[in-house]
Amino acid sequence: MTEPTDTAIRVRGLRKSYAGVPAVDGLDLDVRTGEVFALLGPNGAGKTTTVEILEGYRHRDAGDVSVLGHDPQSAGAGWRKRIGIVLQSSGGHDEITVEELVGHFAGYYPGARDPDEVIAAVGLDEKRRTRARHLSGGQRRRLDVALGILGHPALLFLDEPTTGFDPEARREFWALITSLADGGTTIILTTHYLDEAEHLADRLGVITAGRIVALDTPDRLGGRDQDQAIVGWTEDGVPRTARTSEPTALVAELSARLGAEVPALTVTRPTLEDVYLRLIDGAATTASAHPSPSTARSTIQPADPQEPVPS
Amino acid sequence: MSSLIRTGPDRRPHTASRPSTPRIAAARTRLEIAMYFRERDSVIFSFLFPIIMLGIFAVAFSEQIGPDEGPIDFAQYFLPGMVASGIALVSFQTMALSLAIEREDGTLKRLRGTPMPPMAYFLGKIGMILVVGVAQIALLLAVAALAFGAELPTEPDRWLTFAWCYALGTAAGTVLGIAFSSVPRSAKSASAVVVGPLIILQFISGVFFVYTDLPSWLQNIASVFPLKWTAQGMRSVFLPDHFEDVEVSGSWQHGSTALVLAVWLILGLIVCVRTFRWRRRDDG
Ligand SMILES: Nc1ncnc2c1ncn2[C@@H]1O[C@H](COP(=O)(O)OP(=O)(O)OP(=O)(O)O)[C@@H](O)[C@H]1O
Ligand SMILES: [Mg+2]
Repeated sequence: MTEPTDTAIRVRGLRKSYAGVPAVDGLDLDVRTGEVFALLGPNGAGKTTTVEILEGYRHRDAGDVSVLGHDPQSAGAGWRKRIGIVLQSSGGHDEITVEELVGHFAGYYPGARDPDEVIAAVGLDEKRRTRARHLSGGQRRRLDVALGILGHPALLFLDEPTTGFDPEARREFWALITSLADGGTTIILTTHYLDEAEHLADRLGVITAGRIVALDTPDRLGGRDQDQAIVGWTEDGVPRTARTSEPTALVAELSARLGAEVPALTVTRPTLEDVYLRLIDGAATTASAHPSPSTARSTIQPADPQEPVPS
Repeated sequence: MSSLIRTGPDRRPHTASRPSTPRIAAARTRLEIAMYFRERDSVIFSFLFPIIMLGIFAVAFSEQIGPDEGPIDFAQYFLPGMVASGIALVSFQTMALSLAIEREDGTLKRLRGTPMPPMAYFLGKIGMILVVGVAQIALLLAVAALAFGAELPTEPDRWLTFAWCYALGTAAGTVLGIAFSSVPRSAKSASAVVVGPLIILQFISGVFFVYTDLPSWLQNIASVFPLKWTAQGMRSVFLPDHFEDVEVSGSWQHGSTALVLAVWLILGLIVCVRTFRWRRRDDG
């Protein structure tokens, strides 16, 4: 098989059902070599099922899958040398210490990273001689990450890698992933943290009910870049908001009406989370959801403090 | 967590030599031995168990046992049974339990995601069983001889019999343990599903009871399974010659022993190759 150099993962029409219920339902996906790709989606959307099919663990019902130029279902040890896997949940080797385990796994790979460097990179230096059983949840997760990156993979799978990380560990993990990506590693990760996806990913795919419903860069996902801005202010003691594609004009108008300093003025764009929730809602109501941003010029409505603004 | 830029793709690999199956198998053997001895339960219930049982037999029964022309001490009489029991515990029970647990807790799944050759994994398990098994038998024989005055054979042909009985019994127990590891539905049920039948088998195979005292229908059931044959083979090693006459068949039956153990070994291998799974049954 010839290996396409610019496409690390190519998926067409992927399907997988459990007891007749589709978990992955006609999924198409391309991940380019060297990019960081994040899969987002609600619980049960089919992220893990998809990723584990790409890793060669689960067998698909239908569709074409190529990962580093091979069908993962039949790929051998040579292919496994080039991928790194951090599963959504993994365990075992409870009585083995961090340094023993990382050192041992290094022996599986022809060009393994230095175990000491990897242990330091995931911040487990102080736990080197601790058995896996006695690590905290987040520390265990770091050990999973260490074992995943040890073999110097060309392609790294991370299924919710930062679950259980404290905020500082998450920032450090982001730095680690960025450095791996800078070194040329292709990375596909799933996450429920939208800030994480926004920070790390070159492109995002949103998956619900086993299908990709949106796919773009973080700043353009779901037409986010053309979205209306949200202007908030206080008038007659009542908080108000407005969605508009011309926020500057609205602010000028408010300023003229309410005085030079508009009380409690805010101008915001929808966050990735707003866009994401809208995409998920849209996908739930229409089968092939890809809601385009409304083109209405400006609408003014009194804000309901109980309800989040964009919906 | 910090940058790993220093280990760019063109950096010299850390491992001096390329990984090979024998090298990984040796590393796995060391890891398996560490895992075995760090798990206190396995040390007590498979490693020390036959030694503890022998001590109980020796202390509880002070009279002698055997044919009138030359009875022997209980400790001497039950030593071969304890050797056979040790073989079954270290090979079959350890293998079946550890695999069932490793399949459930994700050890096997994680290993499957690396380039580790599957053969190296099994060689590591076998290496561990050989090291643990030999250590156990050595300790058992030393305790039997030094603490309970059991006499160990001096004739080389008896030790030859010991060697092939031990090797065949351990090999059969190991592959049957691998095959049986898929039977428990979960790691929670594994110890009951694995240990229960083995205890029953020890009672009817002449390990805890005098085999000839059992009703013949129980003897027939026991004769199907390997444990009865390793126990009988070990009796031929550790009991005086005149005990051969009180065997059910009046003979040590070395030929049948080798045959039955070899058949189980081959059957076990076939089942292993056909049914071995790296993941839980319900894992996608
Ligand atoms: N081994 C399995 N057996 C039966 N059903 C399964 C199995 N694995 C997944 N499913 C079902 O397939 C669907 C997709 O599951 P999957 O684990 O891929 O979701 P996910 O997107 O990873 O969710 P999460 O964010 O919670 O990890 C779910 O409805 C789940 O119940
Ligand atoms: Mg998942």
